[in-house]
Amino acid sequence: MTSNRLQHIVPGLAIFVLASVVTWLSFTEQPAQSFLFPRVISVVFIALATWNLIRAVTGMSKIGRGIPVATVKNLAPGLAVMLLYVFFGAKNLGFYLGSVLAFFAIYSFYDPASWSSARDWIKRILVSVAFMAVIYALFAVVLQVHTPRGILF
Amino acid sequence: MEFLNHFGGVFEPWAFMLLLGGTIGGLILGATPGLSPTMAVALLIPFTFHMSATHGLVLLGAAYTSTVAGGAVSAILLKIPGAPANIATALDGHEMARRGEGARALHLSFLSSGVGGIIGILLLIFLTPVLAQWVLKIQTPHVFWIAILGVTVIGSLDSKSFVKGLLSGCIGLWLSTIGYDEIQGTERFIFVDALSGGIGIIPALIGLFAIPQVLDMMAKGRVNALVEALEVPRQKLADSMRELTRYWRALSIGTVVGAIIGLIPGVGGQIAGLVAYDQSRKMSPQRAKFGTGHPEGVVAAEAANNAMVGPSLVPLLTLSIPGSPTAAVLLGGLLIKEIFPGSDIFVKHPDVVWTFINSMLIGQVLMVVFGIMIAGWAAKIARAPAPIMAAGVLVLAVFGSYSVGQSVGDVHIMLALGIGMFILEKFGFSAAPLVLGLILGPIAGDNFTQGMTLAAAQDGPWVYFFTGTLNIILITLVVSSIAYSFWNNMLARDDTPFDEPARRDAK
Repeated sequence: MTSNRLQHIVPGLAIFVLASVVTWLSFTEQPAQSFLFPRVISVVFIALATWNLIRAVTGMSKIGRGIPVATVKNLAPGLAVMLLYVFFGAKNLGFYLGSVLAFFAIYSFYDPASWSSARDWIKRILVSVAFMAVIYALFAVVLQVHTPRGILF
Repeated sequence: MEFLNHFGGVFEPWAFMLLLGGTIGGLILGATPGLSPTMAVALLIPFTFHMSATHGLVLLGAAYTSTVAGGAVSAILLKIPGAPANIATALDGHEMARRGEGARALHLSFLSSGVGGIIGILLLIFLTPVLAQWVLKIQTPHVFWIAILGVTVIGSLDSKSFVKGLLSGCIGLWLSTIGYDEIQGTERFIFVDALSGGIGIIPALIGLFAIPQVLDMMAKGRVNALVEALEVPRQKLADSMRELTRYWRALSIGTVVGAIIGLIPGVGGQIAGLVAYDQSRKMSPQRAKFGTGHPEGVVAAEAANNAMVGPSLVPLLTLSIPGSPTAAVLLGGLLIKEIFPGSDIFVKHPDVVWTFINSMLIGQVLMVVFGIMIAGWAAKIARAPAPIMAAGVLVLAVFGSYSVGQSVGDVHIMLALGIGMFILEKFGFSAAPLVLGLILGPIAGDNFTQGMTLAAAQDGPWVYFFTGTLNIILITLVVSSIAYSFWNNMLARDDTPFDEPARRDAK
């Protein structure tokens, strides 16, 4: 079995498990009237998920290249920042502070410019602060959206 | 001619300012690689919360028309389509730019977009009220089948894989059932607290479209993502206008193909451009020149993808079925303003709807004027470094999804759906059918439940849902749509075996 085929089997299996759970819940949860439409969907869902899984197992599922290891390595730091930002930083540090830190972290990590140049670091800081100033003006001043303050701003 | 009575609303200072801002902003967003019209409109929706329904729709309509046209800038100058709709434009447009004819290509692109777009909006103006009358005959089971038709059409056409397209639509339908069942007052599939309010359309749209693009940008790593833009020497507009008349055949084919495809629920502009390009090449005496920088290729593709915009709103306004993914987002914008599309929309909200449609007509003219003016400048925006784009879109997505219901739970749902969609896209799944399933799910679900209740009091579900002329026509369309896609998928054999990616790249 090739690694690519395995890559197609994993999401195929995950979708099949999801479809199975949805089908099981749709037919066991009460009141039945409430789950009438989900039942119809789940029957089609499980049929398609089974078909998709069979295609993946037999090697017929060919669309999509999967996720290469190099992509995962490139994504890992950015994804970690995203998750920390959304699930921790935004609420606990404050929306604006969390956002400017996330913006700065992502911009700095993926910026091809030198990491040893003070000039490039100043540019990154200025761009991050300027961008957040625009966001603050837009959401806090113009639209008056009240965001979680957290421990800071 | 009722629409003429509502032109005044477009020229009210605030509405006109929004129209101008939406047009210019849309052109810039459209020219920015990765920011599709669907995503641009989805990101703008939170800004409409504090506006009246008319003003909000004017802004969204302007952004819709101009992002589609703006995508031609990066397609021509950078060979990076600003949106999927501009893929065909890049084929000949970039070759023209490489020959030093960038300005000529941009002029032809915006002029043909304008012509196609105006004809498309006129079709919207004259067809919608007619269809709205016809729609009065539509009842509960018919709406259910129409919703299912919408999912099957987009589920099968927007994805390269037939089964994955339908599966995406199915996942969307299931996601739409999460939350409280308003009729029974019971919980459905609430696994975590954040899901108790169900999955909001806007956080879902932002997550499904914006986050995968952010992750795609990050996936490239620390590479120099700047792309060299080509020089754009000056060209007289009058010369371009004269030249456009010479390409009447490509202009006509593009406009007709775009309008027809726009009317079909769920097909989308990306297909309109490619089909028009293909048809124009087949009917052109100079077909061999296509792909080498032939202006007819640019004219046909751009006329089609803007001619599609107006007609794509016909099924949206009359049947609640979007003609394109972006129209699906617009449907979300309408529903938020408590405007429910249907046969009586022109009776209940004539001011809102006619001002919205008229603003799109004026917006087409503004789009041509400003498009030509800022084309060169927009190319510089299109060169924004990928790390800034990735970080900026992420922050905007977080603020956009939070501002809908001022709920952190919405932000969590947005990110979870976005990461999930990124993974699914890598395996051939598409966001468009999933979103359409999510949007059409409640329509299909409510009408199904209502229909079952009515059927129980009459002749039973079989007679209620499967008999009657319109039911049979719609079921036939659903089956045909699935069968056509299945057949097409079998014939196309587009799916190169995954063990041989290098060979495909070499072609």
